[in-house]
Amino acid sequence: MDFGQIREILSAPDNVPILGLLGGVAFFLWYGLRQARAMDRLAVQLEADPALAKTHHRKTHPHDDAWEPEVLVWPHLLKVEFLAAIIVTVLLLVWSLALNAPLEEPANPNQTMNPAKAPWYFVGLQELLVYFDPWFAGVVLPLLIVIGLMLFPYLDASPLGTGYYTLRQRKVVLVSFGAGFAIWLAAIVVGTFIRGPGWMWFWPGETWDHTRQVFEKTRDLPAALGPVPVIAFYLLAGWLIHKFVTRTELDRRIYARTSRLQYLTFQFFAITLLIGVPLKIFLRLAFRIKYVWVTPWFNL
Amino acid sequence: MKKTQLWKSVFRVKHDRTDTRTRSLAVLSNVFLHLHPTRVNRDAVRYSYTWGMGGISAYLFLVLLFTGALLMFYYHPTKFQAYRDILYLEHDVPFGRLLRNMHRWGAHLMVITVWLHMLRVVLTGAYKKPREFNWVVGVGLLVLTLLLSFTGYLLPDDQLGFWAVTVGTNMARATPLVGHEGPFGPQLGMTPFNDVRFGLLGGSVVDSNALLRAYVWHCIGIPVILLLLLGVHFWRVRKDGGISGPAPLLLDSEMKD
Ligand code: HEM
Repeated sequence: MDFGQIREILSAPDNVPILGLLGGVAFFLWYGLRQARAMDRLAVQLEADPALAKTHHRKTHPHDDAWEPEVLVWPHLLKVEFLAAIIVTVLLLVWSLALNAPLEEPANPNQTMNPAKAPWYFVGLQELLVYFDPWFAGVVLPLLIVIGLMLFPYLDASPLGTGYYTLRQRKVVLVSFGAGFAIWLAAIVVGTFIRGPGWMWFWPGETWDHTRQVFEKTRDLPAALGPVPVIAFYLLAGWLIHKFVTRTELDRRIYARTSRLQYLTFQFFAITLLIGVPLKIFLRLAFRIKYVWVTPWFNL
Repeated sequence: MKKTQLWKSVFRVKHDRTDTRTRSLAVLSNVFLHLHPTRVNRDAVRYSYTWGMGGISAYLFLVLLFTGALLMFYYHPTKFQAYRDILYLEHDVPFGRLLRNMHRWGAHLMVITVWLHMLRVVLTGAYKKPREFNWVVGVGLLVLTLLLSFTGYLLPDDQLGFWAVTVGTNMARATPLVGHEGPFGPQLGMTPFNDVRFGLLGGSVVDSNALLRAYVWHCIGIPVILLLLLGVHFWRVRKDGGISGPAPLLLDSEMKD
């Protein structure tokens, strides 16, 4: 075992922000979900006691009817903003004093960097190049992600959970978004910490071996099947997602509010991005399957 | 001093008073502060709701504009000088290294805070009616933030940036229809010398034209678009009735079917 390699990757100044991101996401997820749990407990309490529901201020924050519902921006908000600006400035100063921005040798087209990695926030896309052809991983997939994100608010037909933390009232939506976010983070982690020369897989503890060769034979699903496996996958995954979306009484009520167009759009993005992408990654890693649909014009 | 004509012409409000009207006017009559309303929901000032991430992202953007403008004094976007300018900044310019570091790490930090801001907006359902469109604007801001970081990566003209951008733009070759290696690209007459990658780089390889293009996008194009969208974003926060919460709980039983 040689942990020097992983230590070297971890301590590369450009990779430090990844640790910051992971730590930040972990902390704020905990922080947000803690507030969600408090709100969910309050919901149970108020559902059970209609009289209380009429009089309760319906927040988990301290409350007194005598308090003004609003406060002045100056000083109450501006002081918080000012404080935040100072803290961020100090943090950035300390970070910049402690860690130097990297500068490699001058650019040299004749000397290939191996591995040549994109900056960490794009390394997830680069990792996806292993599993998809460039036209899909580099162009179609990012477009789908951006379009899917933009459509996101228009696909969520539930008015519950607007403006407060809750888990129970919004399980389907939060699980969907969380899955996408997790895939993105996982691809960044694998691309940064695992991939070595030749974009080969090196576990932490392994040393980068620049002479390593991989004699892995990939295979495709038979071309004669055409789009059948893909279509079958869409139907099956769609059915599974439908089961998940209509699981509880509340889920079914929300589903009833969702229009056909909203639902089919949601299904398309959920199947493609949240199940299709990880499944294809799994097929590739576990069964060395490269293409699931081979045509004369493109392969998927 | 506060009685002079000069003072009164600049500050129209008597800031030493603490009554509500004066304090409201202090916000209203200040061009920077009037992004804000004069009052907000008392629970909305708690950092537990927004985590302050939108505001911190905006602040970091200002820091980046400032440090970036200073860097521009020392940097020439040419193959001959770019790398040397970075060396010069690091070794000779007073506080040059600190300046470069702050710009670099500020950019990384902004990517992180924008993502956390998005996460908060999701967790609080803040994108729901009537704020759907502001979310769309937000996604635009996210993409621009990433592109800003990416175009900046090439500017030191070192191996790191060169290969990252080479790898990144190589994907553009494979764009369907408009890339010379993409599906239906060759059939439509795409070659390495006229496809979308050529347009991005100003050439078929990452070279001096690419450096110049990255520079112009990084220092002018993207920041200007981002500022515009940021203006819309803040405007919409106000027009959509201020931030979304903390709002009172809506019970399941109160949702109309
Ligand atoms: C450059 C990046 C961005 C900046 C500087 C920014 C700034 C802000 C600020 C200052 C607010 C006020 C409340 C708060 O601080 O949370 C806000 C609200 C909001 N932002 Fe952003 N934002 C950015 C990117 C995004 C992104 C990526 C999204 C979502 C994809 C987004 C969606 C929203 C929404 C929906 C609101 C309203 C939230 C509410 O009413 O609670 N923004 N933004």
